Amino acid sequence: MIALDINGKRQNVDVPGETPLLWTLRDELGLTGTKFGCGMALCGACTVHVDGQAVRSCITPISVVANKKVVTIEAVGTDSVGKALQAAWIDVGVPQCGYCQAGQIMSAAVLLKRTPKPTDAQIDEAMSGNICRCGTYTRIRVAVKQAAAKQGGAR
Amino acid sequence: MNALILANVSRRRFLQGMSLGGLVLALGYPSAARAQEAKKYGADGMPNGWVDNPLVFVSIAEDGTVTIVCHRSEMGQGIRTGMPMIVADEIEADWKRVRVVQAPGDEKRFGNQDTDGSRSTRHFFEPMRRCGAAARTMLEAAAAERWKVPVSEVAAKNHEVVHRPTGRRLGYGSLAKAAASQPVPARETLRLKDPKQFRYIGKGQLKLVDGRDIATGKAQYGIDTRLDGMLYAVVARPPVYGGKVASFDAAEALKVPGVERVVQIEDSPPPAHFNPVGGVAVLARNTWAAMQGRRALKITWDDGPNAGYDSAAFKATLEESARKPGKVVRNEGDFTAAAASAARRHEAEYYVPHLAHATMEPPAATVRIANGKCEVWGGFQSPQGTRDQVAKRLGISADDVTVHVTLLGGGFGRKSKPDYAIEAAVLSKAVGGKPVKVTWTREDDLHNCYYHTVSVEHLEAGVDGQGKPVAWLHRSVAPTIISTFNAAAKNEAPFELGMGVINVPFAIPNVRIENPEATAHTRIGWFRSVSNIPHAFAVQSFVAELAAAAGRDQKDFLLEVIGPARQMNPDALGDTWNHGESPERYPVDTGRLRRVVETVAREAGWGKKLSKGHGLGIAAHYSFVSYIAAVVEVAVDDKGVVTIPRVDMAVDCGATVNPDRVRSQMEGACVMGLGLAMLGEISFKGGRVEQDNFNSYEVPRMTEAPREIRVHIIPGDYSKPMGGVGEPGVPPIPPALCNAIFAATGKRIRRLPIRDQLKV
Repeated sequence: MIALDINGKRQNVDVPGETPLLWTLRDELGLTGTKFGCGMALCGACTVHVDGQAVRSCITPISVVANKKVVTIEAVGTDSVGKALQAAWIDVGVPQCGYCQAGQIMSAAVLLKRTPKPTDAQIDEAMSGNICRCGTYTRIRVAVKQAAAKQGGAR
Repeated sequence: MNALILANVSRRRFLQGMSLGGLVLALGYPSAARAQEAKKYGADGMPNGWVDNPLVFVSIAEDGTVTIVCHRSEMGQGIRTGMPMIVADEIEADWKRVRVVQAPGDEKRFGNQDTDGSRSTRHFFEPMRRCGAAARTMLEAAAAERWKVPVSEVAAKNHEVVHRPTGRRLGYGSLAKAAASQPVPARETLRLKDPKQFRYIGKGQLKLVDGRDIATGKAQYGIDTRLDGMLYAVVARPPVYGGKVASFDAAEALKVPGVERVVQIEDSPPPAHFNPVGGVAVLARNTWAAMQGRRALKITWDDGPNAGYDSAAFKATLEESARKPGKVVRNEGDFTAAAASAARRHEAEYYVPHLAHATMEPPAATVRIANGKCEVWGGFQSPQGTRDQVAKRLGISADDVTVHVTLLGGGFGRKSKPDYAIEAAVLSKAVGGKPVKVTWTREDDLHNCYYHTVSVEHLEAGVDGQGKPVAWLHRSVAPTIISTFNAAAKNEAPFELGMGVINVPFAIPNVRIENPEATAHTRIGWFRSVSNIPHAFAVQSFVAELAAAAGRDQKDFLLEVIGPARQMNPDALGDTWNHGESPERYPVDTGRLRRVVETVAREAGWGKKLSKGHGLGIAAHYSFVSYIAAVVEVAVDDKGVVTIPRVDMAVDCGATVNPDRVRSQMEGACVMGLGLAMLGEISFKGGRVEQDNFNSYEVPRMTEAPREIRVHIIPGDYSKPMGGVGEPGVPPIPPALCNAIFAATGKRIRRLPIRDQLKV
């Protein structure tokens, strides 16, 4: 049994410690919002937050996150940055198929928490690990800026 | 291969014909009998056509909630918003009180569900309008009956029916029951809205139906299916097309914690059809355990006859064929004589490799079988086709198979082929009907795809003293999609030739189009925009090369080659297919093609002064009965690194339902087109795909995407036929990019992908 802190809730899972966080979330805990895309940290679809860092859950064994706070797409909207990003994503109409967008939002959330007013280059850098096969990149940039502006307005 | 029978087929209709031996029968038809059969076009020509019955698509609850069924699959094109929007507009429903539910695979009930060919809106705009108008009429009739007034005195408006003389009102909820028992009005009596009265159609104001669920992680894709007692499976498949398991040892795999069963899936020799290719499956308590179990399998493969497939050697084979005469598929004037007497001659060859769709959600499907009934969950572009194929493989009636359609995490044609659902069905059956989810890894997806074809396009032109082409020869050589269904097929089918090679609408008097043979050594399938990609790349690059040789402005020269505005019957251009649409309703209209060229040039500031290292390129292409032109601006630095500050696209797809989604489809097509031009390549060595994951099969990331994509939609008329949107944006992008690179650097790209061809 390994004890995990997922979205503020303690959860015990009975799988080997080397099992990636991604499959533990999806198959054992039913948190399917975090997506599988490559299994090699190449596409970013599986991005979650571990102690506030953007982490690719597909290559992160659960033994590594045992005493850390994991936040997934299902709970990222509980803070104002996550909420602003989700609102911007909806308003700008970013998603096409939508499959990669949870990972995109998770990466964008870490960016905005560290860099509330990112430049284009900072957005590109922070988001370049996340692939969108539908090609929504131009709208992702717009939505990140819109969320940043909303956050700025609230401060 | 009989060209006629393939002339106007959907992917499924074609397969049905094959499985019933219909192809053989059709070949034997007396020609008189064949001629008597009226050719059907558009939605009428698709399996199970269309349905416009409001009792099938609309239900209204007593609380006023209007539930609208979407029967087309959502893969990012926004159809779960667009289709219900059409119905809701005609009903006069308040969108805030509309709920959308997804239809299961059932075409007898809903009409055709094959979500491919950029067809949903153009085939279902009218049936869905009628569906909504009929529901509105029934609500009005119910209200008139309740008030005992003539129906001419009442009108539906924003979720209520109003009695105009008295101003009395009844909400849709309170009329729901009575309306449902009204007779469905006859189609010819329906009063459709005047487009001026549209409240949603064409406005682009509504947010995506699934937007919130997607942004909050609640949206359900095929891969997200979870059922009680479900086993998770991954499959080791033959690495070579036509290969099979020679022997395997599962002992180590079965020792992996969590692994429960190892099951062999029967091999399926070519042609592939939609069958699984076979292999060995590992079933476990979670996906990771199944993946670990698969690594522990010891399998010896018998690679079969395609073990020698080698992309570098095959390119040379295609080039050899392209340099010799082949089957003539269109011949006007006398190319040979005109070219011989021309002032100058030009020749060029273009290469586009295999591509894989690489949908972000890899193929995944779940099946459960209980009491002789089979249930399937997954993202499928062809829900009824999936149902039929699963039923056939299990040896049960399609009536005993239910296909639940989830969201698709990308489709692009890959998910038109239900091999992954059949795998799940075979495995569920092997474990006594227990639910089994099959998940493909990215490696599986890239190694066992239905690939976009590989092609060499050979062009020759004879030009007059001003450099204007008077003679045009295009030899297109590419393994055909038909080879996936008939291993002997070596020529492009009408539906492939009709994608921009045979039907070039140019004002050139001597045209010869040839199609030399090519043999397929892997599964060839539909990839977004299909054969339009290599054809448009070659044709639009070659026109730009001729412009450069003539010292002319590329845009002006392109317009001159297109010639004056005129409407041409596609049959006259040798295109018997015309994307399945009537040649009378959908002529090839060079006026529309000219207009998108002129529009995009104007909007992009064609001819403007650019900084050093920048260049503009233009290309235009007609496909899926829509007209698209693009101007790409590139910046190439002194190391040969390409960036794209801006792309403009002009689209004439007729009138639009959801202009914001037309825009988003163009944006996405632009990025996909740039990606395949810059990076994308699937290559084979020893019969095996050389790329494994996104590190070797590269797709564009944000850093490669244009800074800006501007989409200019030509206004349309709702009384005129609509065009497709999902696919036609891709083909003009690679040639526009390469034409821009030529403008910036003087370097002509004839082989995709570009990768490091510009590196210095």
